[in-house]
Amino acid sequence: MTQIARESIATELIATEALTKRYPNGVTALSALTVDVEPGIVGLVGANGAGKSTLIKILLGLLPPTSGQVRVLGLDPVADGERVRGRVGYMPEHDCLPPDLVAAEFVTHMARMSGLPRATARERASEALRHVGLYEERYRQIGGYSTGMKQRVKLAQALVHDPDLLLLDEPTNGLDPAGRDAMLALVHRIGTEFGISVVVCSHLLGEVERICDSLVAIDGGKLLRSDRISAMTTTTDVLAVEVGEGTQELAARLASLGFCPRIEGRGLVLPIAGDAMYDIVLDAIADLELPLHRLDQRRHRVADLFREAANV
Amino acid sequence: MSEGARLSEGARLSEGVMSSGVIHDIGYQRYTGPRLGRGYVTRSLYLHGLRTVFGLGRSAKAKIFPWVAVGIVAVVATVLTAVRAQTGRPVLSYADFPGAVAVLTTLFCATAAPELVSRDLRGGVLPLYFSRPLRRADYPLAKLAALVSAVWLMLAGPLTLMFVGGAFSVHGPGAVRDEFLDLLPGLVQSVIYAAVYSSLALLVASFAGRRAVAAALVVAVFLVTTPIVGVIGVSGGQAAQQLAFLASPTTLVQGVGGWLFDVSGSDVGPYGPVYGLAVAGLVAACVLLLLVRYRRVAR
Repeated sequence: MTQIARESIATELIATEALTKRYPNGVTALSALTVDVEPGIVGLVGANGAGKSTLIKILLGLLPPTSGQVRVLGLDPVADGERVRGRVGYMPEHDCLPPDLVAAEFVTHMARMSGLPRATARERASEALRHVGLYEERYRQIGGYSTGMKQRVKLAQALVHDPDLLLLDEPTNGLDPAGRDAMLALVHRIGTEFGISVVVCSHLLGEVERICDSLVAIDGGKLLRSDRISAMTTTTDVLAVEVGEGTQELAARLASLGFCPRIEGRGLVLPIAGDAMYDIVLDAIADLELPLHRLDQRRHRVADLFREAANV
Repeated sequence: MSEGARLSEGARLSEGVMSSGVIHDIGYQRYTGPRLGRGYVTRSLYLHGLRTVFGLGRSAKAKIFPWVAVGIVAVVATVLTAVRAQTGRPVLSYADFPGAVAVLTTLFCATAAPELVSRDLRGGVLPLYFSRPLRRADYPLAKLAALVSAVWLMLAGPLTLMFVGGAFSVHGPGAVRDEFLDLLPGLVQSVIYAAVYSSLALLVASFAGRRAVAAALVVAVFLVTTPIVGVIGVSGGQAAQQLAFLASPTTLVQGVGGWLFDVSGSDVGPYGPVYGLAVAGLVAACVLLLLVRYRRVAR
């Protein structure tokens, strides 16, 4: 499938500068958040209460920031909320579907609510439901749908008006592993094949890192780290060593040899520095006469990077 | 041609049919057409609301109540028209008609208002509206406009029926013109009924997510205040009696009718303007509170 060329939108998808949001009750949801996000599939990760939902509401122009600047698709959502909302699709985290409506009917209505003329709205609703894999079931009442199908309808209503940016709040919420994979594959397809930029909010880093081009991590309303996944994972391959006993001794020995091992779980993790290190590590284990259980190279998980960033 | 050659020819042909019969996934299509603005969106929401009230585009179950209510009001109008045709004298004036079917209007509002707002509250649908090119106030105002229109149609339809019947039972163009001039107060009185009942019902319903609860609340608001009118009317002097109708929304509208169109059974004496102000104030307060309510609902 050929990739659809999008007319060049502003190179910056989302840009915030010292964005701060304090609620009247004194809670600071966002504190001096400065981040630039390029088009693509972006993971917005953070624990519950990190400020993801507040950020989304500000991006949609539904909440005014206390201070700071924000731009979405080159527009200011504070002054130009309607235009921003016309170009953005939003999939909320919670249930948001009327159970007694037929899916096709509902998505058509939502398309009109985004400003699509009546006939076009009907057409695009069918298309959107087909793209999320609900073509056959589109004339059934939403109340009879499974959780996975409901999530797809939520995605379809966000997609129906061909937005330039999709904001997906926890799209895999409540799905079983197979449903999660299917939803992530769909989001990935939207981001690549359809050419629509996507921001995926999640508290599960492992999930979004699989499909995202870049990641933005926030914690307590502050930016933890923002970078392209490729930048985060290059030169970050690690060697994982697990021995039956004497993990501490091995760590000490390796440290004295100039490596910087870190104890993780029952084993050690150390950054790979050249091919020779395999032999050096094996020799060290043999010297100490330790039972080697496991020795393998693995990609440094992005989660580790965030843990490091958080510790700094 | 040998058997084998023919077979392979057939296979090739059917293969050709197969390949041209494949449904091609045409992939994602961009939308380059017009994106209409807030006005269109609000209008669409209004029309959607109007259809919702009458159960159009919905299940058969959703159509039952509104159409039963409309049916009963229509039957009342038909009977009145028939009686008039028999006796030659109207039983009720056009302006009296909305008051005569006020109980049905109350019930109609009690089911329609929750249908319009409680459903969206309960389903959590509001974030989907507010993340679209609408402003906060557009949603409740479109819903209110839909309910006012629906209630007015429910009253004006039968009034028109009565007028058509009446126009056939009088003689001469002048008489038809007079008949029409009689109809106008009825239509205006219907507007007042629609405005007061709808704004109050929608405000009350917007506080309840469950439709049954919302319906009960709406009926309660209209019913519980009625005895007060009775109590004041019995215990007070003439001025108290003439002001008693202010105590309940139902009698309030009747009072305004008494002032403007001499509706029977509501003697408001010199206090007509008070009733006018009260109606305006009540509607304004309801709309204001409705807007405040929807500024808060975030979810």
